[in-house]
Amino acid sequence: MALEFERPILELEKRIQDLRETARTTGVDLEAEIRLLEERLERLKKETYENLTPWQRVQLARAPGRPTTLDVLEKAFQDFLELHGDRAFSDDSAIVGGLAYLEGEKVVVVGHQKGRDTKENLRRNFGMPHPEGYRKAMRLMDLADRFGYPFLSFIDTPGAYPGVSAEERGQAWVIAQSIQRMSRLRVPAIALILGEGGSGGALAIAVANRVLIMENAWYSVISPESCAAILWRDAKEAPRAAEALKLTAKDLLELRVVDAIVPEPEGGAHKDPEAAIRNIKEVLLKTLEELKGLSPEALYQDRYRRFRALGAFAEP
Amino acid sequence: MALERLFRRRRPSGENRDVPELWTKCEACGAQLYKKEFKENLYVCPKCGHHHRMPAAERVEMLADPGTFQEITRLRPLDPLAFLDTKPYVERLRAYQEETGRPDAILGGVCAIGGVPAVLLVMDYAFAGGSMGSVVGEEIARGAERAAAEGRALVIVAASGGARMQEAALSLMQMAKTVMSLDLLWAKRLPYVSVLTDPTTGGVTASFAALADVILAEPGALIGFAGPRVIRQTIRQELPEGFQRSEFLLRHGLVDRVTDRRKFKGELAQVLRHLHPGVPYGAGV
Repeated sequence: MALEFERPILELEKRIQDLRETARTTGVDLEAEIRLLEERLERLKKETYENLTPWQRVQLARAPGRPTTLDVLEKAFQDFLELHGDRAFSDDSAIVGGLAYLEGEKVVVVGHQKGRDTKENLRRNFGMPHPEGYRKAMRLMDLADRFGYPFLSFIDTPGAYPGVSAEERGQAWVIAQSIQRMSRLRVPAIALILGEGGSGGALAIAVANRVLIMENAWYSVISPESCAAILWRDAKEAPRAAEALKLTAKDLLELRVVDAIVPEPEGGAHKDPEAAIRNIKEVLLKTLEELKGLSPEALYQDRYRRFRALGAFAEP
Repeated sequence: MALERLFRRRRPSGENRDVPELWTKCEACGAQLYKKEFKENLYVCPKCGHHHRMPAAERVEMLADPGTFQEITRLRPLDPLAFLDTKPYVERLRAYQEETGRPDAILGGVCAIGGVPAVLLVMDYAFAGGSMGSVVGEEIARGAERAAAEGRALVIVAASGGARMQEAALSLMQMAKTVMSLDLLWAKRLPYVSVLTDPTTGGVTASFAALADVILAEPGALIGFAGPRVIRQTIRQELPEGFQRSEFLLRHGLVDRVTDRRKFKGELAQVLRHLHPGVPYGAGV
C-alpha cells in the first residue's frame, strides 16, 4: 500500500524496472536512458523526503510495515520475555511488556502495540489501551523499581481508548496514576516515541528522564483529525491541523518536549525496518549510558526538573 | 411564566439593551428563576436542584472564609507555537481576557477554608473552556509548591474541557508537571482535595484532578476522560442514561462523595480538618 505522496517515486521506480526488463529480454542497450531516469529518481526522492510536510510525516508514522514495539523488543533486545495481565481485571494486548536484555544489561520494557495486519489490529484495539493496559504498565514499573533495572518504554498509540467500558473502569484515573507512578521511578527511564504519540494515552508511559522520538513520529495533545474536527469543524482539514500543532520530531526538539531524534532510513522506517531498529538500539544504548552514574534520588530529581521546566508563559 | 411574558411584552424591543436581564431559566427543568435569588442559591435551581455552572470568582467567594482570600495567580499566556486555526490564538486569548478580566483560565490564592490554611485554585470554564495550557499548569505547580512551603492544604476546583489544543505538546506536558508537583504535598503530609465540577474531562481529569487524597464531585457534573461526542462516534451507539455523570462515577468507585453545592463549603472544611495534621479535633468553625 503506497502513500499518496510516494506514488510518483514508485511510478518512476517501476519504469526503471520495466526498462531493465526490456533491455534484458530484447538485448537492446538502454543504459543511458536508465541512468537518466535513475538520476531523476534520486532527485525526486531527495525533494520529497527532505521536504516532508507534517501531515506526510503523520502518514509515515502510521505506515504499514513500520516497526512496532514487539519488532523492536524482539530485534534490538535479547531474550525478551513477555509478561501478561494487570493482576486485577484482564490482559490488555494494546500494551505489551516484560523483561529483556539490552546488550546484556537487564531492563524492563513496556510499549503500545498496534497490529501488523487487520486481524491483529482488531485484537490489539489499534494500539488504544483500556485501563488494564496502564495497570499492567504500572505493575512493570513496580518491577523495575524493585530490582533497580532501567525502564524503557515505546510509544505508539492514536490515544487511550474512548469507550464506555474504559470510562467505567476509570480511564482518566489510571492515566493519571500511570503518569505519577512513572514520574516516581528511582531507576533510569527512557521513552521512545516510535510512531504515534496520541495525547494522555501516550504520555501515561512517557514520563521519562529522556524522551526520544523517531524522525517521522508525531507526539501531541490530540490527533490532527480530531483537532481539525474541533477547530475547523472538518476532519478533512487534518493536514492544516498537523501543521498548526507542531507535532513533528524537529518541532518537538525545539520545544524541548523531546531530547533527541532517532534517524530513520530514507523514505521512513517501514522502508527498512532492520536499519531503523539498528538506529534505535544505538541511541538507546547511548542514552542509557548518560543516565548510568545517577543515584536513584538524582534520577527522580532529574525527571522532576525536566518536566517542571516545560511550558511557555510570561511573568506579570 | 405568565409574569415573565408580561414583562417582555412591556419592554419595547431595541431599548434597555444594557439593563441586565432580571430573570433566567433553569437549564434542566425550564423553571423561571429570579436571577438575584438564583445567584444567592449558588446557581442551583431551587425547583429541581440542577447545578448550573458557576463563575470562578463566585466559587472563591463560596469556599474561602470571608476576608481571607489573597490572589496569587498572575501569569500571562504566550503563543509559543504561533498557533493559527480559523483565528490566531493570540486573538482568541485577547477575547477571553476581555470577557473574563483574567489573564488565563485559572483563579487562585491563599486563604482559609473553615479555618484551615489553604491554597485554593479554581479553573474558569468561561476562559477557553477552562482548558489547561502552560499558564494553568504552571499556576497549579506553583500553587502546590506554595502550599508545601507554607504548610497549607491544596484545593483545586476543576472545570475544564481538558488540555488546551493551541499549545499542543506543551499543554500535554502540563499533565506531567502538575502531577509531579503534588509530590511536594506528599512529602509534607499536606492534604490535597480535588473538586470536580461540570464539566471535567480530558487531560485535566487524567492528571492532577484524579490524584487527590479526597475527590468531591458536584451533582450531575459531566466527568470523564473522553467527551461523550467522541465516545458516541467511536462505538456508534447511544450512551447509557447518566453516563459520565457524578453519580455514575460514585457508583463506579471513582469519586469519594457527591455533594450538593449548598452544603459544599461545610463538607470541604470538614474534609480538610480531618486530613490536615496540624488541625486538632474540635478545631475550626
